[in-house]
Amino acid sequence: MGIKIITNNSKVRDMFSENYNLEYLDTDYIGVLKKIRDMVHLGFKLYTHPLSGSIKPNETPYKSVIVSDTCKGLDFESLEIIESSIRVAEKFLKDRATPNWLDKAKEDFKEIDYSIIDDALKIRG
Amino acid sequence: MRLELGNILIKDVQFGSETKVDNGVLYVNKEELIAEVSNDEHIASVEVELARPGESIRITPVKDVIEPRVKVEGNGGLFPGVVSKVDTVGSGKTNVLKGSAVVTTGKVVAFQEGIIDMTGPGADYTPFSQLNNVVLIIEPVEGLDQHAHEKALRKAGLKASVYLGEAGRDVEPDEVEVYETQPLLKGVEQYPDLPKVAYVQMLQSQGLMHDTYVYGVDAKQVLPTLISPTEVMDGAIISGNCVSACDKNTTYHHQNNPVVKDMFAKHGEEFNFVGMIITNENVYLADKERSSNWTSQLAEFIGLDGAIISQEGFGNPDTDLIMNCKKIEGKGIKTVIVTDEYAGRDGASQSLADAHESANAVVTGGNANELIKLPKLDKVIGYLDPVDTIAGGFDGSLAEDGTITVELQAITGATNELGFNKLTARGY
Repeated sequence: MGIKIITNNSKVRDMFSENYNLEYLDTDYIGVLKKIRDMVHLGFKLYTHPLSGSIKPNETPYKSVIVSDTCKGLDFESLEIIESSIRVAEKFLKDRATPNWLDKAKEDFKEIDYSIIDDALKIRG
Repeated sequence: MRLELGNILIKDVQFGSETKVDNGVLYVNKEELIAEVSNDEHIASVEVELARPGESIRITPVKDVIEPRVKVEGNGGLFPGVVSKVDTVGSGKTNVLKGSAVVTTGKVVAFQEGIIDMTGPGADYTPFSQLNNVVLIIEPVEGLDQHAHEKALRKAGLKASVYLGEAGRDVEPDEVEVYETQPLLKGVEQYPDLPKVAYVQMLQSQGLMHDTYVYGVDAKQVLPTLISPTEVMDGAIISGNCVSACDKNTTYHHQNNPVVKDMFAKHGEEFNFVGMIITNENVYLADKERSSNWTSQLAEFIGLDGAIISQEGFGNPDTDLIMNCKKIEGKGIKTVIVTDEYAGRDGASQSLADAHESANAVVTGGNANELIKLPKLDKVIGYLDPVDTIAGGFDGSLAEDGTITVELQAITGATNELGFNKLTARGY
């Protein structure tokens, strides 16, 4: 089962790009989710939940998601999950935009996003 | 398994020359407590402060809340697999310093959350405002990474609660609560005419500041399993989980899980409380499928008629919750789910990230997006500057006059998904 990491988190890129198929995006949180939605429409399957972690979509600027590395035909469950995740993220962003964080806070958001993906990869063996 | 919880009612907490309980007052030898928890190469310094109900004190950022206890009879010790060795707990006698708690604070990351106000409007939203709190302010050694920092704080809180709990070893409890479970088949025979109901508890298990430990094992790596409710009451589950403070279970929540307590109260009357299943909330969708398959199989295997399922956290666990609900209902077993809501500040949006028609009996802990204005309080224990960058806050949420405007999600336990809070919503 080949996987691909889609991320806008430079720490995830730096830690995993050597050993994993990884696409780094220069975009915001919702931009990552929309890219995933496009990929799901093309037939890529979602492997991790796009709303991983408990930090709200209008707090962390960073998101990493694992998908299949090949098209497998439209997966309706993946589609449902990514569509509802985008709805949730837009609901939060409507009430308040992501703050312009200090660099230290940004680094910590990157660390938590990295930790979640790292732990997910570790327990997959 | 028969567990006696001996409640020693604590009405006040004071510093003193000896750590002891005397006439309902918990006296704390500050230096001894500091020495006890400072024995960790990752900790540079520890400060201890007291916060009592009604005092003009704000504690933030809260990492964990723990109830001080001592095992006075029976198998195992406190927090098995973490502080004491991995013996099975849940039977014998445990004395509880009821009305007190250890609260840990620390700046693991630059954005923060977790507020306990001891007075004012914020106090109504957190059950911990009603406790006599011994607060640890922990500074890590220079350059410590976030993972080691979080772990050091977690262990310090547990050690402090063990140290304080020891003061209750020889004190006669003011009241004794008795909880007893039977081996499954015997338990089923006990009330053959009542519906067989179990509690399914979902545990957050995702990474840094998003983890839970069962007998010391990271819940990410456990398969759903049966556990005796008295084991949970006796400290088998601890929290390493504080992001999204309103709906994360502190260790105190696990020790005092109200679903477990209420199910014991209805046992033998409304239903037969035959047991408890714990499951996890991993980020891999395949893990969610596996865990929910296994949970529903266990529910069927033990012959349930009904299950109460509680969630922990926001967003992706909604998917675990609905998978558990759908699959357990699919076995012909009725479910009630316990969750909270992110329905937007106006409360008009879809509350959960997932839904299914089988989720037709829902208990909510309230809308975490609701805004609240917290007045300036006289004293802050911990660090206030992070509140400006707190969950549910926004630029300028900390006003010049010291008031804070935040969503309820910043308040520790405000929309707790075990129902250990005052908020809910009712349909009429």
